Amino acid sequence: MKPIEGQRLDWAPLALLAAVGVAALALIGSPSTWVTLTIAGLAMGLLIFIMASGLTLVFGLMDVMNFAHGLFIAIGAYLAVSTLRLFSAAAGADSFLANLAAVMPAMLAAMLVAGLLGWFFERVIIRPVYGQHLKQILITTGGMIVAEQLIHVFWGPDLQPLARPASLRGAFIIGDMAIEKYRLIAVAIGLVVFAGMMLLLNRTKIGLLIRAGVENKEMVEAMGYRIRRLFVGVFVAGSALAGLGGALWGMYQESVTVHIGANMMVLMFIVIIIGGLGSIGGCFAGALLVGLVANYVGYLAPKVALGSNILLMVLVLLWRPQGLYPVSKT
Amino acid sequence: MAENLLELSGVHTHIAQYHILQGVEFAVPRGELTMLLGRNGAGKTTTLRTILGLWRASAGTIRFESADITQRETPDIANLGIAYVPESMGIFAGLTVQENLVLAARNGAPAGERLERIFRFFPPIKTFWHLPAGLLSGGQKQMLAISRAIVEPRKLILIDEPTKGLAPAIINNLIEAFAELKQTDTTILMVEQNFHAARSLGDSVAVMDSGRIVHTGRMAELAANEALQTKLLGLSLETHQ
Ligand SMILES: Nc1ncnc2c1ncn2[C@@H]1O[C@H](COP(=O)(O)OP(=O)(O)OP(=O)(O)O)[C@@H](O)[C@H]1O
Ligand SMILES: [Mg+2]
Repeated sequence: MKPIEGQRLDWAPLALLAAVGVAALALIGSPSTWVTLTIAGLAMGLLIFIMASGLTLVFGLMDVMNFAHGLFIAIGAYLAVSTLRLFSAAAGADSFLANLAAVMPAMLAAMLVAGLLGWFFERVIIRPVYGQHLKQILITTGGMIVAEQLIHVFWGPDLQPLARPASLRGAFIIGDMAIEKYRLIAVAIGLVVFAGMMLLLNRTKIGLLIRAGVENKEMVEAMGYRIRRLFVGVFVAGSALAGLGGALWGMYQESVTVHIGANMMVLMFIVIIIGGLGSIGGCFAGALLVGLVANYVGYLAPKVALGSNILLMVLVLLWRPQGLYPVSKT
Repeated sequence: MAENLLELSGVHTHIAQYHILQGVEFAVPRGELTMLLGRNGAGKTTTLRTILGLWRASAGTIRFESADITQRETPDIANLGIAYVPESMGIFAGLTVQENLVLAARNGAPAGERLERIFRFFPPIKTFWHLPAGLLSGGQKQMLAISRAIVEPRKLILIDEPTKGLAPAIINNLIEAFAELKQTDTTILMVEQNFHAARSLGDSVAVMDSGRIVHTGRMAELAANEALQTKLLGLSLETHQ
């Protein structure tokens, strides 16, 4: 398909991101601290984006509230634990390529198993409750509890260490700044995922169908497309991405507990609401905003860090009640 | 009389606890434009949606080319060659005009003579090809909605009040386009409140009231009979909008 001309980008939310960064620099004072915090914020934001992108599309496309989305994150993180253990020789080796040979399978296993689980979950848990929000909340919350118990059975209740291979540790020292390598890697992977999704959504027919379906699924069906099939595909892909995000997040924290996914749920809901439900661009901008603000506030005023995301959501919604990049529903 | 492309017999539709269609019975002859008329709330939109499976009929049968489609799923019904232009137009606002048409064209990208015809009927489609469809004016959105329905050959087009809320000049534009479309072998079932459009385009007519068909016949006969119009529609067509 030809590039789409004349489709303009709404710059205001990006300007807001820049303004937040500039304001933080003024408040923090030290440029090196600011760079460190900014990169930490971007890394956190992009990991949240990877985890939450499926959630926003699933809601946008089928109005499904999946309170068990965190399950796929947890599974991804635990798969990373087990895979790195399996490849412990490569993970422990003092070579970048060897480390990569351990981390790649970990990420792939996380995506594969989370995707399969997503397929099963959609079929067994989500499908019977299409269009019934209250039941969705109840049954997906229940599903999450059951799944956490199953994780206990397989991996035990204790905190699992998830050490990153040597070449993903440490920091680049530039002047008086220390930039953690892993954060840069997280940023890079996040940007690749975002670019891939934008290409898919804007340049392929499947992507067009997803965007059209988020707006008006009835019309998509009236044109002869099976929205259910599309939805299953999106659900599986979103679960796989959550699994990938979970593996990366686990390595970021260097430990995994059963609640790793559930702990992210509130943050993910804040992000997709800030972004505009069903909007991938919005999810991206919202995740970056949340990541940056969390890191800046955590440094400037640790005591209010917990509430800062809620406050951020309230402020954004006062500005744009439908979120940063609202999806038009027809 | 021509053979019927679409036949509804004894169709009932419930929406939640409401009994909306109460035994709808009429046929759409192949190759003709059939007008579905009736007061507000008579059940015209519900009838179109039931044909397409967007509401499921609770009783009765809908036959398309003699095959029973009553219980089929919407995408399957659409893929039989039925296009739908809803009352709300159903434009994908975040997609460009081009992308809207790409999705509507099931057999390859829109191109060639068909696309040229669309550009000829509706020049704004060409002008705003790359514009997000949400930015089009109401009339242009309607043009796009109709373009989506005719971007490929279809056996049947269901159109719900295409002239609603449009200025007279655009209405005439649409009427001309439909008049030319009628020259092809496309069959059309159209809901229309605009008398001028209904009278100049309709071959046959079905009139609904309270979820039932209360009259079927030739459009020309109804147009000539004011007493019948008053009886069926409350007003004569001449004064009806
Ligand atoms: N989703 C719904 N839930 C409940 N009732 C509905 C719904 N949609 C339509 N109805 C009712 O069904 C009846 C028929 O509606 P319908 O839209 O088919 O009428 P119409 O003939 O198309 O009217 P109009 O000319 O105003 O478009 C109305 O009484 C309407 O209130
Ligand atoms: Mg109607």
